[in-house]
Amino acid sequence: MMRTELLLPEMLLAGGALVVLLGGSFTPRHRQWILRGVAAAVCGTVIITAAVALSDPADTAFDGTYAVDTGTGVARILAATGCLLVLALAGDELARSARESDAYALLLFATAGAVLLAGATDLLALVVGFLLASIPLYALIGLAGTGAGAEAVLKTYLLGALFGILLLLGVTLLAGITGTTAYAELAARLPDAPRSVVTAAAVAVIGGLMFKAGGFPAHFWVPDAAQGGTATAATFLTTVPKIGALLAVHRLAEVLPGSSNWPTVVAALAVASMLLGNLAAYWQTDVRRLLGWSTVSQVGYLLVPVVATGRSDLAQPSLLVYLAGYTVTNVAAFAVTAALPRHRDRTSWRGVAATAPWLAAALVVALLGLVGTPPTAVFVGKLTAASAAWDGGYAWLAVVVFINSALSLFYYLRWLVPLWQPWAVAPPDRPGRWSTTVAVVAAALSLVVGVAAGLVWRAAGG
Amino acid sequence: MLTAIVFLPLLAAVLLAVVPRCGDVAARWVWVGTATVELALVGVVWAGYETPPPGELAFAERAAWIPGVGSSYHLGVDGLSLPLMAMTAVVFLACAVYALRERHRPRVQASLFLFLQSVCLGVFAAADLILFFVFFDLSIVGMYAVIAGWGHGDRARSALKFFLYTFLGSLALLTGFIGLYAAADPHTFDMPALTAQNPLAGRPLAGGLVLAAILIGLAVKTPTVPFHTWLPPAHTDAPAVGSAVLAGVLLKLGTYGFVRIAAPMLPEAWRGWAWVIVAVGVVSVLYGALVALAQTNLKRMIAYTSINHMGYVVLAVGVAGLVGVDTAEPRAVAVTGAVTQMVSHGLITAALFLLAGVLYERAGSYDLHAYGGLAAPAPVFAALFAVGAFASLGLPAFSGFIAEFQVFAGSIATAPVTAVALLGILVTAALFLRAGQSLLTGPTAGCAKGFGDLRANELWSVGPLLALSLLIGVLPRPLLDLVEPAARTVVDLLGR
Repeated sequence: MMRTELLLPEMLLAGGALVVLLGGSFTPRHRQWILRGVAAAVCGTVIITAAVALSDPADTAFDGTYAVDTGTGVARILAATGCLLVLALAGDELARSARESDAYALLLFATAGAVLLAGATDLLALVVGFLLASIPLYALIGLAGTGAGAEAVLKTYLLGALFGILLLLGVTLLAGITGTTAYAELAARLPDAPRSVVTAAAVAVIGGLMFKAGGFPAHFWVPDAAQGGTATAATFLTTVPKIGALLAVHRLAEVLPGSSNWPTVVAALAVASMLLGNLAAYWQTDVRRLLGWSTVSQVGYLLVPVVATGRSDLAQPSLLVYLAGYTVTNVAAFAVTAALPRHRDRTSWRGVAATAPWLAAALVVALLGLVGTPPTAVFVGKLTAASAAWDGGYAWLAVVVFINSALSLFYYLRWLVPLWQPWAVAPPDRPGRWSTTVAVVAAALSLVVGVAAGLVWRAAGG
Repeated sequence: MLTAIVFLPLLAAVLLAVVPRCGDVAARWVWVGTATVELALVGVVWAGYETPPPGELAFAERAAWIPGVGSSYHLGVDGLSLPLMAMTAVVFLACAVYALRERHRPRVQASLFLFLQSVCLGVFAAADLILFFVFFDLSIVGMYAVIAGWGHGDRARSALKFFLYTFLGSLALLTGFIGLYAAADPHTFDMPALTAQNPLAGRPLAGGLVLAAILIGLAVKTPTVPFHTWLPPAHTDAPAVGSAVLAGVLLKLGTYGFVRIAAPMLPEAWRGWAWVIVAVGVVSVLYGALVALAQTNLKRMIAYTSINHMGYVVLAVGVAGLVGVDTAEPRAVAVTGAVTQMVSHGLITAALFLLAGVLYERAGSYDLHAYGGLAAPAPVFAALFAVGAFASLGLPAFSGFIAEFQVFAGSIATAPVTAVALLGILVTAALFLRAGQSLLTGPTAGCAKGFGDLRANELWSVGPLLALSLLIGVLPRPLLDLVEPAARTVVDLLGR
């Protein structure tokens, strides 16, 4: 039986995307801001409807292929919030540009895809969500229209195709050995399936999802896209798709039998993402690329609570709290780069604290937040994620998390220090108004989420 | 009440930061005013303090924070934390008065120091490990900004070294906290609950690892040998008020952690490692003193004596873990001495660093050999420096004597071999006498020519600190009455 009211947020996102796409064709270029308003209104409505639905008991739609529970509810709110912040950010960069309304439609489509990924409890629904979240991204990155942008699109597309096939391979294997694609039945049948096949399939599916999460080994497109794409695209694709992908891995982990060694696989991916992201970020001078690598390391931290799935009660709430903190903090950091688009080299950030103190403050909160300094939201996320891992018998993973946090401090600080130094040649540009506002609001949100962590934790089902 | 004490400076800091129209003069006086109110509030708490029963805290406040992970907003004081809170309030007030003549962005400076005061008081008042860590970590961020923004010399590098080093330490600490949390049943971060539970009893390996993580975190902050290398550059390049707060208050966050968290929550592992801790303490005492003796830079010298003085504290808390027949009494004396030493060192070192700041402000040099015969042009400075030096080397009638006497009385009675650390006192005495001689006596020469004596704000910041040290030295009873029951509780907890 179809129960449409359960899927109101998803339908709003997809329908809103269509309205924006079609409406854009009939709106003159100087009035395209109306469509940004429409898209923002859609996101706002999604947040409200999802928040209302959060208090309802867990349910499923489409014959059990799509879960409407706390995880999906929080993912809806976070994805829509991320999308809303990105839409506001686009006010500086995309206003009156040639593909303005198209970009907004693509953002909404990709958000819908991320939410579908988060809620999918059927392998085929998972694949649909993967494709819906991926294809708009290619176009979004390409909107930059530059050489670097084209290279980033190509890289993203090729990796997306490759890992999409890997995902399909894993899905085929799982469906082949169990005769079903529904998670509920997989959970019942997988323990009796051949162990090696299940392990191979788990590696394939989780590996495929790593493309959307932007984690090792499918991370190569992230720094290129962050550097070569528009600020809008860079902010979006390092934030919203991760929400969907990580919840998808979490849901899959609930189904996989412990004998398939999936925790070891996920733990290895987590460690590799953390280490690689942090070490690669050391050498970057372009701030957008630096942030790109930093998001790779953040995926590593985000995978830590996933490892504890089924072994610790803290796993799911800590994942959701970390995702909430990550969403606002990462948007804040990227929004700061969007506010000064010509300041790409980190040494060109000299004097920003004097000319734009609020922007500098937002960057301090965002970067120290990404390190995990209290009382920001990512601190609570890291703390609870490490606690979940320790509680689930992976104490060494908690230690790795903190060693990596210490590693990451250096390159974040290296960007922060010039802000207070006097400028060398010319004063910094005037920061964009929309981006600055988004940066300050998102940074403030990361503090609020951190201080009010108890409430967020309860909303996340803890 | 404690909430007001902890968050009032933060409120003032935020107001100063977001109201740019507030003038520099107003900002300086807002800082002094807030620090005065803070001292008065801590005084009220001290006056109303009654020793709580063991395992409980006075003036406790508790509210839900993140119940899902067993963390709550829990504040409280006892005989270990209240003296340190009072010392913190005094040191920050002295810094506020000293900074009345600051010309470099005084509004932001006042805001930053008020923020630091908030987080330092928060660490001492916290009765929840996560709350403790939040404040502990923020103190690093605040001090980094102080050194990088108001320091001199190679300040960016020193500040970065300080940040990286202490941040690494704080993450080790957090790892240990999570270990305690995971071992506790039910899972909790609440300090009194964890202390009562003794969560890792009977698990020597896990207990040892968790204690190692916590000890490394606290040893970096304290700092003890071999984790001390961040301290001398940080002090040398920090502004005078920054050094005073760093040495006076921030180092105590580490030593306070020993008596508040490490020893009471992991008694079994602490006893197992006690000799290692004692050894680290003795090495810190001797190494700090000997390296200080070799310095010609006054600030570096005082910085190394801080390592020496913190070594006495580490020695005493290590000795507290050497449980044996009939040693409970001397071990309690040692712990009392450790807490007294924290208070005493805070007052005296803050005063010495402020005096070093006067030197730099007048002549731009910390080099002992650049000065000579300061007693003639600057008699008040000379007198206060001499008093500070004598107080620091542990002359009777000053607080340092009370503290070090108890540390040694307790330590030697429990483990006679620790008497070797007495050499540290001897070396410190020699180096302070030598520094005083080089700076103050002889014909007026070098930078000392035309040296202006202390101004009112300098006198009224340094003077009260030393006067308080003298007061504690002459009348130690009010302080000891506060500390002794808490020290006995620590020793009892260690005996479990």
